[in-house]
Amino acid sequence: MAFGFKDYRTEGFFDESFSCDGAPHDHYRRLVERFQAMSQEEFDRKRILAEKAYLNQGITFTVYKDNQGTERIFPFDLIPRIIPAKEWDVLERGLTQRIQALNLFLHDIYHDQRILKEGIIPADLVLNAPNYRKEMQGVDVPHGVYIHICGTDLIRDDQGNYLVLEDNGRCLSGVSYLLENRQAMKRVFPNLFSQYSVRPVDSYTQELYSALRYVAPQGAQSDPHVVLLTPGIHNSAYFEHSFLARSMGIEIVVGEDLIVERDKVFIKTTKGLQRVDVIYRRVDDEFIDPKIFNPDSLLGVPGLFDAYRKGNVTLANAVGTGVADDKALYAFVPDIIRFYLSEEPILASVKTWLGMREPDLQYILENLKDLVVKPTNESGGYGLLIGPHATESQISEFRDAIRANPRNYIAQPVIQLSRLASYCDGAFEGRHIDLRPYILSGEKTTIIPGGLTRVALRKNSLVVNSSQGGGSKDTWVCDFTEENGC
Amino acid sequence: MLSRVADACYWMSRYIERAENNARIIAVNTQLLLDFENQKNLLQQNQWDPILAVFDARKQYKTLYPTVSQENVLDFLTYDKSNPTSLLFCVAAARENARTIREQISSEMWEQINLLYLYLQGSQSRVDFLGSTYDFYRRVMEGSQLFQGVTDATMTHGEAWQFIQMGKMIERADSTSRLADVKYHLLLPHGETVGGTVDIIQWKAVLRSCSAMDAYMKLFNGKVKPWSVGEFLILNDFFPRSIRFCVHRLNSALHSISGTPSNQFSNEAERRCGMMRSNLDYTTINEILRTGLHEFLDGIQDQLGDISETLTETYCRWMRKSEAP
Repeated sequence: MAFGFKDYRTEGFFDESFSCDGAPHDHYRRLVERFQAMSQEEFDRKRILAEKAYLNQGITFTVYKDNQGTERIFPFDLIPRIIPAKEWDVLERGLTQRIQALNLFLHDIYHDQRILKEGIIPADLVLNAPNYRKEMQGVDVPHGVYIHICGTDLIRDDQGNYLVLEDNGRCLSGVSYLLENRQAMKRVFPNLFSQYSVRPVDSYTQELYSALRYVAPQGAQSDPHVVLLTPGIHNSAYFEHSFLARSMGIEIVVGEDLIVERDKVFIKTTKGLQRVDVIYRRVDDEFIDPKIFNPDSLLGVPGLFDAYRKGNVTLANAVGTGVADDKALYAFVPDIIRFYLSEEPILASVKTWLGMREPDLQYILENLKDLVVKPTNESGGYGLLIGPHATESQISEFRDAIRANPRNYIAQPVIQLSRLASYCDGAFEGRHIDLRPYILSGEKTTIIPGGLTRVALRKNSLVVNSSQGGGSKDTWVCDFTEENGC
Repeated sequence: MLSRVADACYWMSRYIERAENNARIIAVNTQLLLDFENQKNLLQQNQWDPILAVFDARKQYKTLYPTVSQENVLDFLTYDKSNPTSLLFCVAAARENARTIREQISSEMWEQINLLYLYLQGSQSRVDFLGSTYDFYRRVMEGSQLFQGVTDATMTHGEAWQFIQMGKMIERADSTSRLADVKYHLLLPHGETVGGTVDIIQWKAVLRSCSAMDAYMKLFNGKVKPWSVGEFLILNDFFPRSIRFCVHRLNSALHSISGTPSNQFSNEAERRCGMMRSNLDYTTINEILRTGLHEFLDGIQDQLGDISETLTETYCRWMRKSEAP
């Protein structure tokens, strides 16, 4: 088979790169030409160059459930995703609107609960959610920011419409891949960057650092001391923790590096104890303080929550944000936006049936074969049922599980995710992708242009998670004008 | 800086230095055996047993192998992960420490240590190991030296760097003291005399094991005498692997961290290091030989161990019990 795109087929999917007649979309034309001009050898050389860079730099993640505990590189595909600026500007406005509403929602839930009292959202859905933290009731967080760092997953359907798939407002990872992917692409295709005016992404860590300093507690030192708390080197995202700490020039600490005395937090240094003001924590709520949450946790710091509650230290993200990225709550986000901002949502959502609602539950149970069913409290793509790809026995297993615990499940129609040309075993083929932009809430809302494009490298797979055979691509937001012919 | 980070810098540095020293000792010994090709079988035992003694690894080796043969010893000292002196163990431990402090060290340092680890872990190293043993060990030494060079050239010479210096100097002094002592374990073949051919060949091997051959020859015009080798390796004030040189550097690093003037001390590690330094400054080789070289070197190793311990006590006392060996 000839190298290139001659045999490329869109196969009826919405394709980011090609139209159904086989011609590249305008904004992909130059890129396709560049790849066409390449021989298989040149392409392979570039591919290996990129992979080597990842391995040598130790840009790896650890695979759980694989008893080797091996470090793998997150597969990287050389064809970038291109988003025209026009499209991006809409996304940016929509995401900004969404995060502002979610932060107002969290403040309300942990204070007056107006939205529950007015019956916009069933109180039961929020107050009995597994990630609702009653300990946060009445706690004030600096500037009312709960979700300092948010990753909102977007997909495109078979018509090319952008839809929000879910929000991630707890400890989320992936941004380091986004930044490293850009480095790799610049190294491998320097010329393409000069042809496309790609918006830069490397200000992310500085923006993150300012956002973290901005939320320092009132009584903090004039130069707030920020640290990053990691579960440790065996955590699957340790590379990212280290990468971010390094880029911001802050200390990366584990639980045992911190100590709480008289409700103040200190790090243990060679020169004694030093006060800490802000903790960018990459340890989940349940593990941050064995005195309040999981008593067996060795990852956290005894007394940390009391120091936090008293306003002596800021945690980012705040404790209890999980109630806002709950998969059942997702269905209510458009109402949340209307309630707090009196605006119509800019971004559309995926139609969602809730197990907790009687009529929805009936619909779910009757249509399992055609639906995607998600547990509300799992992440990483685990525990999904994709109806059309499932066996009879998997479906009946899910039917029993849903009946036993309807609150824990939601269902959505199967969305035919958009596809983008990707390199697979010697040829370019369409593969399904999604997009995770990273949104920072500090003095202002900042969104790094583009985001992390994840790709399901297995043929026909819709699951893009790195733990499940997914890879990633560089994402370009490009300012096109009529003049350059795009 | 974080106590845990200081500790990791220190041990990363010790392990990478240890890997280099051990690789050199093994390489020199394999070369040395070539000089005695005709007495190979007898010598294998005599020549490798002292090396195991230098590494304090005799006991563990004997639980694993019935006899001392070059093949087994090399595998044991190179790839055996259960052996805390093996190259793979040292490099893996250095990398594991580096991994916990990636944001403290430069990316060049990390890349270097990671490359060395991936090489030792990978199949190419086995091919080199069997194909050209000497080149293989050279490559490990160079990997470690590159790491140290990159460290000096790319990392801020601040507190973390000083902990790296201390790890390097303590480990190097310890290694030199063990090598200077190797002749204690190394019996001369029957009929050979002190100062005879074999004795001199063995002393030359000791010099080579410390990368000290060129420097020594220059100073002593090519004459190898046991006591001058001892003097050179223990007391020379300019040779970077002599015990005295290392202890001086260690002392400066200690004082640069605490800011205490060099003729005073502000903690136990500084006090002990200062005493050790004065002792090395004012003793002579004759005095050392009168006490007994072996006893003196044993004492050096104990003192270095004490400094290492009090160092941890001083700077890392907040940490949970340190798991360092």
